[in-house]
Amino acid sequence: MTAPLSFWHDAVSALPFEWAGYEFMRMALLAVLFVSPLLGALGTVVVANRMAFFSEAIGHAAFTGIALGVILGLSNPLWSMIGFALVLTFAISWMRRRGGLSSDTAIGLVMAFTVSLGIVILSRGGDFASYTNFLIGDMLSVSPADIAWLAVLAVAVAAMFFFFFNRLLLSILSPALARSRAKHAGAAELAFACLLAVVVTCALPWIGILVINALLILPAAAARNLARNTAEFFGWAIAIALVAGLIGLVVSFYASTATGATIVLAAMGIYLVTMLRRTFSTG
Amino acid sequence: MELPPDNAPAHHGVAPHRCGECCTTMRGVGVRYNGKPVLQDVDLHLHCGELTAVIGENGAGKTTLVKCLLGEIPHDGEVHFLDASHRRPDSPVIGYVPQHSSFDKDAPVSVLDLFAASLATRPACLGVSPAVREEALTGLRRTGAEALIDRRVGTLSGGELQRVLLGLALTPVPNILVLDEPMSGVDHSGREQFYELLSKLRREYDFAVLLVSHDLATLARFADRMVFLDHRIVCEGAPSEVLRDPRVREAFSLHSLT
Repeated sequence: MTAPLSFWHDAVSALPFEWAGYEFMRMALLAVLFVSPLLGALGTVVVANRMAFFSEAIGHAAFTGIALGVILGLSNPLWSMIGFALVLTFAISWMRRRGGLSSDTAIGLVMAFTVSLGIVILSRGGDFASYTNFLIGDMLSVSPADIAWLAVLAVAVAAMFFFFFNRLLLSILSPALARSRAKHAGAAELAFACLLAVVVTCALPWIGILVINALLILPAAAARNLARNTAEFFGWAIAIALVAGLIGLVVSFYASTATGATIVLAAMGIYLVTMLRRTFSTG
Repeated sequence: MELPPDNAPAHHGVAPHRCGECCTTMRGVGVRYNGKPVLQDVDLHLHCGELTAVIGENGAGKTTLVKCLLGEIPHDGEVHFLDASHRRPDSPVIGYVPQHSSFDKDAPVSVLDLFAASLATRPACLGVSPAVREEALTGLRRTGAEALIDRRVGTLSGGELQRVLLGLALTPVPNILVLDEPMSGVDHSGREQFYELLSKLRREYDFAVLLVSHDLATLARFADRMVFLDHRIVCEGAPSEVLRDPRVREAFSLHSLT
């Protein structure tokens, strides 16, 4: 890990930009190069499968995940956050399958509960302020271990897309048709939801609980305005996420703003451009 | 029910001799939801080359019957498929044309993507291989829809989408073709064309067709057999007989017609 990392630092330092001279910016750049395409790719399925509210709930559930970490005395709350996000994913998918509650009502209930529980635990003793950095995120705190972990996630997401994408797509288009061709999507959907929960949770400390979902949704929503088929949809979403990530990172450096929110504004700008293009191209 | 791999060359494009012997048998099929019988004691034979139409009021169990045939839900009784040599393969190829209202029309998905998602191993988000494109074209040609291959699914008219879905259901060529209300939202001339195409294809490829529909007038001309379902089979036979049955005439308010 150290050799490629020092090569990365040397290479980026050679760029003729002021920001490239700072180690924390070079690490943040590396993280953006991993996180943006990951979120952009996952976002295509989130948007197509109408899971935006689910991913929002997973992000907000981080409050309880952090609180559990504090109670358990973990030095890094990431593990309790991931564990809790997975428990929640299974709970929501069980509620959906069991029926009775519509999906958004089920998710809304779960989200209200976990956010409140997390805030109650964390605010005990009036100490909530020390957790506010999770709300807006801190892109400049990325460590080499984080990058290694991101690489592992990237491989997992690529594998998931490779093995499950087609049955997810067919099942999104027509569940009945998918079942008739023995493309059962139950396991694929659960695997996707779990991986989505893990990626969102891992990216939270950098992007921020308040804006992470936008970064998942916006690139795919913008790509939808441009794409004529699935490959274009996927390619545009990743490209838009990358461009927004780079613009947001650099602008946030010069404007001294929170990186996550700045990236989201850049993505929003791109989304508006695609919307205009779509409006004018269809007359 | 385990279906064979999607790329299995199930008598691809070649019409087997018309045997009239392979047949799908449902015997004593019943389904309950929350203890309430939705389907009871259904005995049904589907012969290859024959178009069987299932009619019935809303909630009479027509879609449940389709689900039993597709192996989607647990049920009492037996569903068997016998091939021409009277062997009992576990896995007939079933082609299925879903109700088109169930289709997500907003997704940026082309007709080719739809085929790729059903047939290919390579994920459609990485593009579609020339081989799968060729396979999709073959399927679409059977229904005269090859010009639609690169269109977005959401931009197709009801009739166009039905031809695409039928082309997909014929790839690979099935032993049984199941259509659930295929013509909702399609205009009259579109229906006629679709049923004519279906009749031609079933003679050409000799598969059994099970069609669920409300479209009595058109069905009377195209179906070989008609089954009137009201949680159980009330009557069945040639369309002209079934449509004369008083119970059918009452259910569909056919009093004024002769």
